[in-house]
Amino acid sequence: MDAVNFLFTGVGGQGTVLAGDITAAVGLAAGYDVKKSDILGLAVRGGAVVGHVRWGRQVHSPIVPEGCVDFMLAFELLEGLRWLHQVREGGTVLINEQEIHPVTVSSGHAMYPTGDAVEQVLRASPCRVHRIPALKMAQTLGNTRTLNVVLLGALSTLLPVAREIWEQVLGERIPVRYRDLNLRAFHEGRAHLGRDLTPCGSS
Amino acid sequence: MRTLLSGNEAIARGAYEYGVKVATGYPGTPSSEILENVARYREIYSEWSANEKVAMDAAIGASYAGRRSMTTMKQVGLNVASDSLFYAVYTGIRGGLLVVTADDPGMFSSQNEQDNRHYARFAKLPLLEPSDSQEAKDFVGAGLDLSEQWDTPVLLRTVMRIAHSASPVELRERAFDDSVPPRHWLREPRKLVSTAMWARERHPVVEARLKDLAAFANTYSLNRIEWNSRRFGIVTSGVVYHYAREVFPDASFLRLGMTYPLPAGLIREFAQGVDTVLIIEELDPFLEEQIKAMGIVCRGKDVFPACGELTPAVIESAAAAAGLRPRPTAQGSLRPAVPNLPVRSPVLCPGCPHRSTFYLLNKKKRVVVAGDIGCYNLGALPPFNATDTMGSMGASIGVAHGFDIAGLPDPFVAVIGDSTFFHAGIPPLVNIVHNNGKSTVVILDNHTTAMTGHQDHPGLGVKLGGEPAGKVDIETLVRASGVNHVAKVSAFEVKEVERALDEAIAFDGPSVVIVDGPCVFTDTPPSGTYAVNPIACNGCALCFRMGCPAIIRSATLDAKTGRHLAEIDAVLCVGCDMCAQICPRDAIFAVPS
Repeated sequence: MDAVNFLFTGVGGQGTVLAGDITAAVGLAAGYDVKKSDILGLAVRGGAVVGHVRWGRQVHSPIVPEGCVDFMLAFELLEGLRWLHQVREGGTVLINEQEIHPVTVSSGHAMYPTGDAVEQVLRASPCRVHRIPALKMAQTLGNTRTLNVVLLGALSTLLPVAREIWEQVLGERIPVRYRDLNLRAFHEGRAHLGRDLTPCGSS
Repeated sequence: MRTLLSGNEAIARGAYEYGVKVATGYPGTPSSEILENVARYREIYSEWSANEKVAMDAAIGASYAGRRSMTTMKQVGLNVASDSLFYAVYTGIRGGLLVVTADDPGMFSSQNEQDNRHYARFAKLPLLEPSDSQEAKDFVGAGLDLSEQWDTPVLLRTVMRIAHSASPVELRERAFDDSVPPRHWLREPRKLVSTAMWARERHPVVEARLKDLAAFANTYSLNRIEWNSRRFGIVTSGVVYHYAREVFPDASFLRLGMTYPLPAGLIREFAQGVDTVLIIEELDPFLEEQIKAMGIVCRGKDVFPACGELTPAVIESAAAAAGLRPRPTAQGSLRPAVPNLPVRSPVLCPGCPHRSTFYLLNKKKRVVVAGDIGCYNLGALPPFNATDTMGSMGASIGVAHGFDIAGLPDPFVAVIGDSTFFHAGIPPLVNIVHNNGKSTVVILDNHTTAMTGHQDHPGLGVKLGGEPAGKVDIETLVRASGVNHVAKVSAFEVKEVERALDEAIAFDGPSVVIVDGPCVFTDTPPSGTYAVNPIACNGCALCFRMGCPAIIRSATLDAKTGRHLAEIDAVLCVGCDMCAQICPRDAIFAVPS
C-alpha cells in the first residue's frame, strides 16, 4: 500500500473540489489513510484553483511534496501546464481538452499558449499524458457539469481500487437526481481511457 | 463511524457532539464553513451575526445564561471581536465558551497574515491548536471542558491548511441532554459587571489562573513528547507538526496541543533530552520567544521564514540552507515550471451587479475610491483599476471622511457592500452626518454576502438555516441617519448609475447612492445570452473595459482598422445587458431564445 499523490487543477467553478472529495473518499473506502487540501474562497471566482489528495499507509502533510504528484487531473489546458512541473517523472496527467481564457487573454493583454505550444510542452514532459475530450463527452451526456466525473472515470482505470468502490462513493456523494447521469459519465470516462491506450506524451 | 471531514466540518461536528447550544459568527475565509455545517444540527441555535463583536457578545451572553457556546471568525475578525474577548476573560463564564479563530498564513483570502496566537497571551486565555480534523473535533470538547473547569473562554486557533484540509474523523453521538432548559439568572455583579472597582478584583484572579494553568499544562494530555533520535528536538504545533514529521522523520517531537500557557517543565525536560532544539512555527516566533525567556537555547526564526506558509518544501530548503540537513533530496523530479503562462486571477462573474459601478469609476479616473472588503475587491484589478485604498471591513467610509476633513482637493467616494455596510459601515456613516461631512458613500446592494459563499445578512429576509428573518431596509436606515441626498438605482442601468454617482459627488453634503442588483448566485437564475454584430463592431474594445469573462477578443479583424473585433461566449454570458448599453456602435444585441 504505497503512497499515491493526486493534484486537481482547473478554474474555479469547474468541479475540481468535488473530484478531490470523491477521490479522497475512495481512498479511505479502499483502506488507505487519506488527507486532502483545497483552496476555497475568492480564488474560486473564476481564478486558478488547485487541490491536493494523498493516499498512503500514514499521511502527514495534506500537501503533496514538491514534484511528487503521481496523478494530475487538469480540468483546463492552461491550468494543466501551470502545474505540469509538479508531476514526477513517469507520473500521469489526464488533461481535459478545454480552453478557458483568463480576462488578461480575452482582453488582449496576454497570450493563451497556442495549440502547437501546448502539444510540444506536453510531449516534452517525462510524464504519461492523456488528452481527454471530457467537456465534449459531458456535453453529449447533456450536462457539462459532469466533466469532473468523466475525468474520474478515466483516472479510476489507472488505480488499484475496484470499480465498485468508486461507484459506491459516487452514489453517496452525488445528489440523487444527478446520480444516474454521473454514473454514465463515470463509465464513459473509463471506456474512453480503455479505448485510448496510446498516451500522446513520451514515456 | 469513520469519515473524511474538513477542519471546519470537524469543528461543527465537535460543537454537535460536545453539547454546544449556541453558535454565532460572521463569514470570513477560511472560517465560514464551520457555521454553515453547524446550521444542519437542529439541537444547536446558530446565526450569522451582524459582525464578529456582536457574535462574540451574543456567545458570551449565552454562556452567562448557562449554555455551552461557540463563536467563529477569521483572523482579522478577532480584531473586531477582541474588545469583548478581553472582558470575558476577566468576568469568566458559565456555560463553556469556545472562540474559534481561523488564521490565513499565506494570505489565500486575507489582507494580512497576523498571528492570532498573540491574542491568547495578550488577553490571558488558554489557546488550543489542532493538527488535523480529528483533533479539530476533539479540541472543541477539550476546549469547552477547559473553559468550564477554569472559568475562562478558550481560544481554538486553526489555519487554512486545517480549515480547508480534510482527514479521517471518528464520529460519536451527542452526549448532552437537550431537554434541560436554561436556569433562572443568578446575580453575580462583582464578577460579571466590569466596573473598575470590581474589575480590579478580577485581575489577580486572572493572573493566578494563568499560573495554575501553566502548571497544569505540564501534564495535560494535549501536550506530549514523542522521543526518537536525540539529535534534533522539534517543538511545534498545529499542521506544522505534520509538515515537520515529513522533513525530519527521525527527530524527537514536543507536540503542543495547548500552546498557551506553555508547559515550561515539559519543555525543559524535552530540551535536556536532545542535542539541538528547533522551534518550527509559522509566522511569528510566538513559542520561540517564550521558550528563550525560559533560558532554553534553541533555533527558530533564524532558520525558518516568518512570512507565508511553512510547507514541507519551505522547511526542507530553510533547514538545508542552515546546514541542519543535506541539500533537499531529489524526492520528486523538480523540473522548472512552464515559463510565461498568463496569470488567471479571479474576476467579477458574468452578470455581476458590481460591474457597472467599477466600469464608471474607472471612466472617472480622477475620482479617488476608498474601497472595502467583498467580491468588489476585484474593482482594484484590471481592467477596472478603480480602487485606491482598502484595508478592513467598513474602513471605506471612515477613510473617505478622512479625505474630507483633511481637505483632499480631488473628488472621492467610499464604496462598500451591503453586508459590509451592516458589519461596520453604519457608525462611520452616522459620524459623517454628525460631523458635517460631505462624503459620498456608494452601497453596492447585491442582496447577499457573496465573497464568502452567499451567507445572509441583516438586510435579507432569511437567516442561517433558512428560516424567515426580520429585514432591515438600507435606504430607510440611511435616511433615518440624517442623510438627505439618497439615490437608489438599478445596478444594471449603467446610465442611471452614472447620473446618480455624478449628482451625489457634486452634492454639497453627505450623500449615499445605493446601487441595487442581485448577485448572479442569488435565487433569480439569470437567463439569455448576447452576441456581437461583426458588421457594426469596429474593434474599439470599449466593452473589454467591462472586464467580463464572457466578452472575448474575436479572431476576425475589422476591415478598416485591422483591430480584433469583440465576440461574446454564449456559454458564459448570462444576458445582463451592460455591455450592450455602453457599446458606442450598438453592435451588441440580445439573442432571442
